[in-house]
Amino acid sequence: MKLDSGLENSSSIFLGGCSGLEADFSAPPLFDLPITNDFDGWQKKSVQMVKPARGTTTLAFIFKEGVMVAADSRASMGGYISSQSVKKIIEINPYMLGTMAGGAADCQFWHRNLGVKCRLHELANKRRISVTGASKLLANILYSYRGMGLSVGTMIAGWDEKGPGLYYVDSEGGRLKGTRFSVGSGSPYAYGVLDNGYKYDMSIPEAAELARRAIYHATFRDAASGGVASVYYVGPDGWKKMSGDDVGELHYSYYPVVPSVVEQEMTEVPVA
Amino acid sequence: MECVFGMVCDGFVLVAADTSAVNSILVHKSDEDKIMVLDSHKLLGASGESGDRVQFTEYIQKNVSLYQFRNGIPLTTAATANFTRGELATALRKNPYSVNLLLAGYDKETGPSLYYIDYIASCHKVEKGAFGYGAYFSLSMMDRHYRSGMSLEEATDLAEKCIVEIRSRLVVAPPNFVIKIVDKDGARVHKWVDSIKDEGAAAVAAALAAA
Repeated sequence: MKLDSGLENSSSIFLGGCSGLEADFSAPPLFDLPITNDFDGWQKKSVQMVKPARGTTTLAFIFKEGVMVAADSRASMGGYISSQSVKKIIEINPYMLGTMAGGAADCQFWHRNLGVKCRLHELANKRRISVTGASKLLANILYSYRGMGLSVGTMIAGWDEKGPGLYYVDSEGGRLKGTRFSVGSGSPYAYGVLDNGYKYDMSIPEAAELARRAIYHATFRDAASGGVASVYYVGPDGWKKMSGDDVGELHYSYYPVVPSVVEQEMTEVPVA
Repeated sequence: MECVFGMVCDGFVLVAADTSAVNSILVHKSDEDKIMVLDSHKLLGASGESGDRVQFTEYIQKNVSLYQFRNGIPLTTAATANFTRGELATALRKNPYSVNLLLAGYDKETGPSLYYIDYIASCHKVEKGAFGYGAYFSLSMMDRHYRSGMSLEEATDLAEKCIVEIRSRLVVAPPNFVIKIVDKDGARVHKWVDSIKDEGAAAVAAALAAA
């Protein structure tokens, strides 16, 4: 790898017997070199800073009719919003969904990898893999790479022979079975809305609205979440996309602007 | 934060643990069972990093069952404790598992016993033991109120006393606990001591039971 290609491009006269000063004027480096004694540490921090999809809000919950899965669509690199249209809900197979929070590449790669393993299981055993099995497959892979810098926070949601299934899996090797999870920087906000509005006996539209609303409120407070709130439903016949709404437009549909009453009209003061 | 404690009583061992799965300030789950039923007459209460905790306890469980399958006799509690300690000790200088364990068991010959095993691979046979932040409270409670040969009722009472103390004095106290026991009739859940309920989890469990 070349850190500074400036010298190479400069004409040859500067290469022969010139002082450092002259070279500096004629061929400025393309980038300033980092002033640091710990280059490895600096590089690691820089990579961490530009790793996309760090801030996220994703959620999933089991209710009477199945599993509802929802997420925002923003990818950010530090303070910069690098995309407003990321698919954070990954379709593993027609009966199983994965959500992504953490490193986008890590999540995408390992979910695709999981999709392959699930398909192979299906071909070998002539039946679909259980959500329990699939989540454990992923958790074991992530556990084997723990401490090596993977950054994954995911939920595996789906419908199998036992009914609806939901697991939380992360790159620390943790795997939790549950009925209600939210992952990402916006998750505390989403949990607030979700826990408050959750009832097991919800209809599908009610549940979809709760999921959408929880994502909306998370994107409202969490700067790293935003874009589109997409909602998926997994039932006995597989997953279905319920909605995908721009959270900006959602905001105005939830809270329409009411024209405010003018309290005091400003008038020109006549010059005496 | 995590609280696991246990005590040897009259013909049985009691192990209690919190049931919170925590990620920094977030509680992901408050009904996570951290006491594994190792085999028919053994309990393994564990605290530590969630990944390590599950991976390691499952590894021990599978190896104990493999031994039983190969030899037709189960490992004694003492043998299991020494095996577990050995595995932690080998891992310690490579990539250590951060798990602290309380191994409780009942053997025909020796009766009830409790082993305290920590992540740096020390192993002690104890009458009572505790791990985590809850240990600061439960240890002194047990020092004060524990007697050898306590009945199930007395032991449950003491365990609940410890839980009340943890809940009232520990800033980051977990809401829910599970108490398990192991005696001559086997290892089983004794009771859940819950202060918050998860409607979703209860409904899903009920739906599964009905199906």
